[in-house]
Amino acid sequence: MTATVSEFRERATVAIADVRLQTALEGATGRFAASREAALAELPWADELRDHFKAMRAATLANLAAHLETFERNALAAGAQVHWAQDGAEACAIVTEIARRRGVTLAAKSKSMATEEIHLNAALAEAGVRPVETDLGEWIIQLAKEPPSHIIAPAIHKTKEQVAELFERESGRPQSADDIPALTAEARRMLREQFLAAGMGISGGNVMVAETGSVVLVTNEGNGRMVTTAPPVHVAVIGIEKIAPAWDDAAVWLSLLARSATGQPMSIYTTVVTGPRREADPDGPEEVHVVLLDNGRSHLLGSKYEEVLQCIRCGACLNVCPVYREAGGHAYGSPYSGPIGAVISPLLFGLDKYAALPHASSLCGACKDVCPARIDLPRMLLELRADLVEQGLAPTKEGAMEKAAAFALRYDKLWRVVTGLGRVGQRPLLKNGKLQVPDQFNPAGERQLPSLAKKSFHDLWRDGEV
Amino acid sequence: MTDIKRIALFVTCIVDQTMPEVGVATVRLLRRAGFEVDFPQAQTCCGQPFFNSGYRDQARDLARRTVELLDPYEAIVLPSGSCTAMIRLEYPHLLEGNPRWYYAAKRVAAKTYELSEFLGKFAPDFLNNEQLAMSNEQVAITYHDSCHMNRMLGIKDAPRTALAAAGYEIDDMTESDRCCGFGGLFSIKMPEVSNAMTAEKIRQGKETAVHTIVTADPGCLMQMRGMVQEGDGVEVKHLAVALDEALGRGAGEQGNKGDGR
Repeated sequence: MTATVSEFRERATVAIADVRLQTALEGATGRFAASREAALAELPWADELRDHFKAMRAATLANLAAHLETFERNALAAGAQVHWAQDGAEACAIVTEIARRRGVTLAAKSKSMATEEIHLNAALAEAGVRPVETDLGEWIIQLAKEPPSHIIAPAIHKTKEQVAELFERESGRPQSADDIPALTAEARRMLREQFLAAGMGISGGNVMVAETGSVVLVTNEGNGRMVTTAPPVHVAVIGIEKIAPAWDDAAVWLSLLARSATGQPMSIYTTVVTGPRREADPDGPEEVHVVLLDNGRSHLLGSKYEEVLQCIRCGACLNVCPVYREAGGHAYGSPYSGPIGAVISPLLFGLDKYAALPHASSLCGACKDVCPARIDLPRMLLELRADLVEQGLAPTKEGAMEKAAAFALRYDKLWRVVTGLGRVGQRPLLKNGKLQVPDQFNPAGERQLPSLAKKSFHDLWRDGEV
Repeated sequence: MTDIKRIALFVTCIVDQTMPEVGVATVRLLRRAGFEVDFPQAQTCCGQPFFNSGYRDQARDLARRTVELLDPYEAIVLPSGSCTAMIRLEYPHLLEGNPRWYYAAKRVAAKTYELSEFLGKFAPDFLNNEQLAMSNEQVAITYHDSCHMNRMLGIKDAPRTALAAAGYEIDDMTESDRCCGFGGLFSIKMPEVSNAMTAEKIRQGKETAVHTIVTADPGCLMQMRGMVQEGDGVEVKHLAVALDEALGRGAGEQGNKGDGR
């Protein structure tokens, strides 16, 4: 997938015109944002906690290799197997090889952005393994054959009517959009069979804890617990940046994660996986694998973008982003949408492929305000825009216009001449003092462009009229 | 607090070219508050449009000439939070690495103020002491917090305090701090999204009982005006104009004589 400016505009235009999507999006993001605010307000020292968290994340990233090695050592000691994947293809190969070795044909998945990022489902299908998403939202979009449109709420753009239609098709039984408990029960019935039949459980990971080699998962539906305990093999795919050195750090992490994401003090389920089933354990997988996914992340270490690796994928920035709230997640053409997606998609998958995303922002700064790690996303969008220009990826016409305008502005007398010509030039387009530009020539679309005033402030001042 | 007498007006390119009445109102307010206002006539644009679209060299050129122009003054006042943020927060970054320009940029940054911020700091009682000249229908407004002013500069109270002192009653929108959709080049590069954001802003404005949206930023003003339909019954006004109107236009001030060029 890619996101050129015209692609972004086209997809956003479709979303803006979709009344059902707009209603679902505006409502859900608004509720998330309000809950987040209330949840943080309940926390004493919320600001200090965020400062502390940021410092902890920065310090961890400054010494990332050592923490990952500690994690590996402790995970191995607990009986897990640890794999290092340089890119998505390598990670997919590792997972499909485990599936092949174990003769797996069905894999139950809990929600994971890392596996979305590497398109693991496609790789599994190709290897003859049927992946079933068990997070309700992920399952809905899997049935709809769509990518996620929100980091924590992948089906945020769907209404209950659309969900009922999808379930009806899948189950072959009639479903009522007005009976949400019944829809949930239907999903539960259909998914329960998959958990028990699956030869492999695949999860992501919200945070790894180095000191014990543990992987922590948070879910609200309990499917993460099923995925990591019912099937005989559990594979967790996790970005290398999601690591806390110690449990004290993980505690701060978790206290901010659910509050920032949904406004809950904690998610309903917090699952800790430390190695496979031990002899005395009544259940649990025989094998646990942790796939440490780099996929472009280590390139950001030591760069001006290192800070973005502090992200914990809570999705708070999406909920307050006025661009995301209109354009929806699919406009971004990446599993990661919203402000964080606009920054990491170009960084991880290529600035040339995602050239629109640094510009998919009005730089309003709402994202930075709510980020639990206070990541300066607007600053990074600005840096990416400068990179686009520097790397010759900005449109030639835009560059020529920007340079010409800047040149005129450097010489005030030239600027007066240019704007004076503009005053004359706009005359045929003026109607009742307003500029009437034919639609096909109006770069602002339906928005009316301002006209140049009869006399500039400069001229008023010069002529003693101020 | 230093006693500031003479200030420079940096009027901003949008005001200069498309809404000079905002500049006129700003000068009138500042004079009425007791300041001597100068308008350095070689000023053009602070360079933010270029900086925000990634054209750093072009932005740097404009930053240098603006710093040079403004450095001689005791204080600089702008009828814009966004351009104030550019000068105060971005200039020092942009001119880092060159001691000659960096320190000058820091100096200018430290004495640059957004209009309501400046009035609140250096003439806090001025509006309270003025005679108000508004009818009852005019006093109810809603205020749009422009993003750079609110989030980058942290100025939220000053414009509200000024408006209240001038006799306005503020009926807040659901999200007074939700972006109006402007964002500079964004509004041209992504017009569909930009316009949808503006439509939402105007919808929230219309939801209040009032018909006037006041904002301190010319960019937001231009954007919202462009999307207000005739049947909306909504008017978008600059803070300076709203304050100036509250005080009654044209009373007792010393005009600039002009240099006759």
